[in-house]
Amino acid sequence: MGRIHSIETMGALDGPGLRMVVFLQGCPLRCKFCHNPDTWNPGGGQEVASEAIVARAVKLKRFFGARGGVTFSGGEPLGQAKFVRACVGLLHEQGIHCALDTSGGLWNEEVQALLDACDLVLLDVKHSDPARFHDLTGGDPAALDAVLAHLALTRKPVWVRQVIVPGWTQDEAQVRQMLRKTAGINRIKTELLPYHTLGVHKWRALGIPYALEGAQPPSEDTLRALRALTE
Amino acid sequence: MIHENWQGFNGGAWTESIDVRDFIQNNYTPYAGDESFLVGATERTKKLNDKYLALRRQELEKGGVLDIDTETVSSLLNYKPGYLDRDNELIVGLQTEKPLCRSVNPFGGIRMVVSACRAYGYELSDSVKEHFRYRTTHNDGVFRVYTEKMRQARHTGIITGLPDAYGRGRIIGDYRRVALYGTDALMNAKKKDLKELGARPMEDENIRLMEEVSRQIDFLDKLCQMGAMYGCDISRPAANAQEAIQWTYFAYLAAVKEQNGAAMSLGRTSTFLDIYIERDLRNGKLTEVQAQELMDQFVLKLRMTRQLRTPEYNELFAGDPNWVTESIGGMGQDGRTLVTKNSYRVLNTLYTLLPAPEPNLTVLWSEKLPEPFKRFCAKVSIDTDSIQYENDDLMRPRFGDDYAIACCVSAARIGKQMQFFGARCNMAKMLLMALNGGRDEKSGDQVGPEEPVIRPGVLDYDEVRARFDRYVAWIAELYVNTMNVIHYMHDKYAYEKIQMALHDTEVGRFMSFGMAGLSVAADSLSAIKYARVTPVFDDRGLVCDFTVEGDFPCYGNDDDRADDIAKGLCHQFITELRKHKTYRNAEHTLSILTITSNVVYGKKTGNTPDGRRAGTPFAPGANPMHGRERSGALASLNSVSKIDYDDCRDGVSNTFTITPDTLGGDERSRIDNLVDLLNGYFTIDGEHAAHHLNVNVLNRATLEDAMEHPELYPNLTIRVSGYAVNFVRLSRAQQLEVISRTFHDAM
Repeated sequence: MGRIHSIETMGALDGPGLRMVVFLQGCPLRCKFCHNPDTWNPGGGQEVASEAIVARAVKLKRFFGARGGVTFSGGEPLGQAKFVRACVGLLHEQGIHCALDTSGGLWNEEVQALLDACDLVLLDVKHSDPARFHDLTGGDPAALDAVLAHLALTRKPVWVRQVIVPGWTQDEAQVRQMLRKTAGINRIKTELLPYHTLGVHKWRALGIPYALEGAQPPSEDTLRALRALTE
Repeated sequence: MIHENWQGFNGGAWTESIDVRDFIQNNYTPYAGDESFLVGATERTKKLNDKYLALRRQELEKGGVLDIDTETVSSLLNYKPGYLDRDNELIVGLQTEKPLCRSVNPFGGIRMVVSACRAYGYELSDSVKEHFRYRTTHNDGVFRVYTEKMRQARHTGIITGLPDAYGRGRIIGDYRRVALYGTDALMNAKKKDLKELGARPMEDENIRLMEEVSRQIDFLDKLCQMGAMYGCDISRPAANAQEAIQWTYFAYLAAVKEQNGAAMSLGRTSTFLDIYIERDLRNGKLTEVQAQELMDQFVLKLRMTRQLRTPEYNELFAGDPNWVTESIGGMGQDGRTLVTKNSYRVLNTLYTLLPAPEPNLTVLWSEKLPEPFKRFCAKVSIDTDSIQYENDDLMRPRFGDDYAIACCVSAARIGKQMQFFGARCNMAKMLLMALNGGRDEKSGDQVGPEEPVIRPGVLDYDEVRARFDRYVAWIAELYVNTMNVIHYMHDKYAYEKIQMALHDTEVGRFMSFGMAGLSVAADSLSAIKYARVTPVFDDRGLVCDFTVEGDFPCYGNDDDRADDIAKGLCHQFITELRKHKTYRNAEHTLSILTITSNVVYGKKTGNTPDGRRAGTPFAPGANPMHGRERSGALASLNSVSKIDYDDCRDGVSNTFTITPDTLGGDERSRIDNLVDLLNGYFTIDGEHAAHHLNVNVLNRATLEDAMEHPELYPNLTIRVSGYAVNFVRLSRAQQLEVISRTFHDAM
């Protein structure tokens, strides 16, 4: 059994094609720009069996075509690596493509096995500088390094992603450093996503002071300039 | 028979008898390439289109109607030729003498015409009024026979939108026949049929049919004369692409001059016309630029179709629609695709002439359609929100490969099947009436059979269901009988002479019933079954509201508990309808389609056990109720595709709206994803067989802005239930309802 926050049956942004996205409950990070703080608490959400997740995905298989499938997101799916790996195994029996949307914030044997089991990893690099990483997320940057080293070794296909947060990651040197940091892995796509404020109401609803009060999403021009670095 | 204008065509059965399908199969050129051959509009077309757009602007400024000819009764020969801009028109013919001027057509009902004229500041001429004092209209006939119960059912809105005061429409003449054969050959074939009928016993049905065929012959002659007024000899087959389009258009024009039918659909013309275009291209008589120009001008004429309707009618069917539906693509029974270059050209008119709701472009989707065509359709949908999709793989086994869609979702073999259109029954209101022992929850009138009002306390599902079933059986009988009266009278007093002349003499007939409020009824029954629902009574002793404790599954979340209720309601209703004999032994069919009447139906329905408040609009067609789809778009699509098409052979309409950013991160992935979505939705398996999807890719903010600044969005087109409308032509209530619908978005 695992704990999930929710299931979205139509995701078209988290991996290739049309995807069912499973948002797992619980996250070791506390990113200041998080738009899903309601997924932090590992005791929240609802308990669900891997078979139930697979049953739902099978019903949607006809939409997945040649490219789509299931994406495990969160929260942090690495926090329930064993459960997610069980799901991936069952989904593979059904011929369904599995992607893992993670920040690489945890490292252990279960995590390693899960990374190996998935067909694609969407690796969200929160920050390329270890100290700033910690300041921004409260997490341990060493786990990310271990995940990167493992991905480099296995040549697993990876979409590298980063949220461009003003005052944090919105900076050419940082982006260049992020690209260097991920240069050794099988990086097949790099996506820079704009910080947005659509999740702020969730912080309020949870009664947590919002850490980036007043921050503005990056302009189109800023984003374009940073994206040019990735091409 | 062989005609010189058929030179260069392959022969076949089509040269021996009227058989357009055989002509297509023997002569068309499937196209599996992409859109790179397409060209833009010519200067001539642009001038013409600008002129049309200026007139349309004036029409809007005048409140929706530019002009009415109140002196003349509409028919094929009652107007002199009219033009938009004679020097630049390649395809000619207007309904009246002036562009966008509406005609009066009182054969459906004179009162409707008088009030429609008045609503726009006109008075119907005395001569027309005088003439119709001595003439029975369809409406007169119906009301001579309507029983008290029929009137009551209509009045309370349990059955609404019946074609008892306006033309029933939804009949598609095979307009292509005129281009392929000319009117002489068609008249000769009908004369031969008439002679054969004359040898049969003279029983009611034979006498009626013989009179009809005589009238058909008369109107084919009138059609020929109408062509001659415009300087065209359409007694003979069309000799080239321009003539083929012109002849086809004349036939359609004759139909809209003769009938003010609710939906006056075109059929499936583009692949047929492609054969003529290909022949001219091959012979060096036409260039691609000229081919597109001809199609543009054809489509522009179709966009100019206008009928005079009352404001009440517009409330039901908003945006001044005519459902000039053109069915595009699909696959042939031999496995070749019916997509041709002209399938692309007709879709390209959304770029050359700007997006518009008409003609109602309907892509017949098959898993096997050429990939580049699928991608082009997806691109056009994303750019224009002007296409609907229907499942060819579902319809082809049932209707062959030369069927077309009438109105929104009604399939029929072209020239071989027709339908008796029958609006719809409000199933949500039916449930309230069952709880109230046959009394209308609004007026309190006893409409259905009298039973005690349901007892107080938590509702018991089985008890409610047994009661509901009795009332469904009752309404089914009343509904069939009402339809029989309507269509008997329509045949008698407003028979579609020219459209039926372009059918085989012996046609298959459908009687097409409808259901509104499916999701509300299903969720209400689900609430009663899975939560604790207690009725609240008013001082009349009628149930006026409900308290609901606990959760219940809602239709639209791929949850079988609720979806099975919805599916079962459709099955139950058609099963009950089939128990009653229809006029002319028509085959019973059912549609789950509301057009925009879901707003009016909602207005006429009290509080429902699903928590919906009185007056709130229903979801359109077979859509799940807004805001109750909590599992995302694909779950919602799955729920709708569980409804059995064989219960609902007249179509299951679903409208899908998604924001561009949710569909994909860039144009390429949006196209890829929409293709996957359509492929998935239309895949037929043991559990799913989806029929129809309207696709809108737009942001709510765009619509909100268009409400505030309509002048900035004259061409903003969106798909609603089974057709497309100019958003700015909707009433404010309808605009708000569209905005309140579920937009599938990522946040």
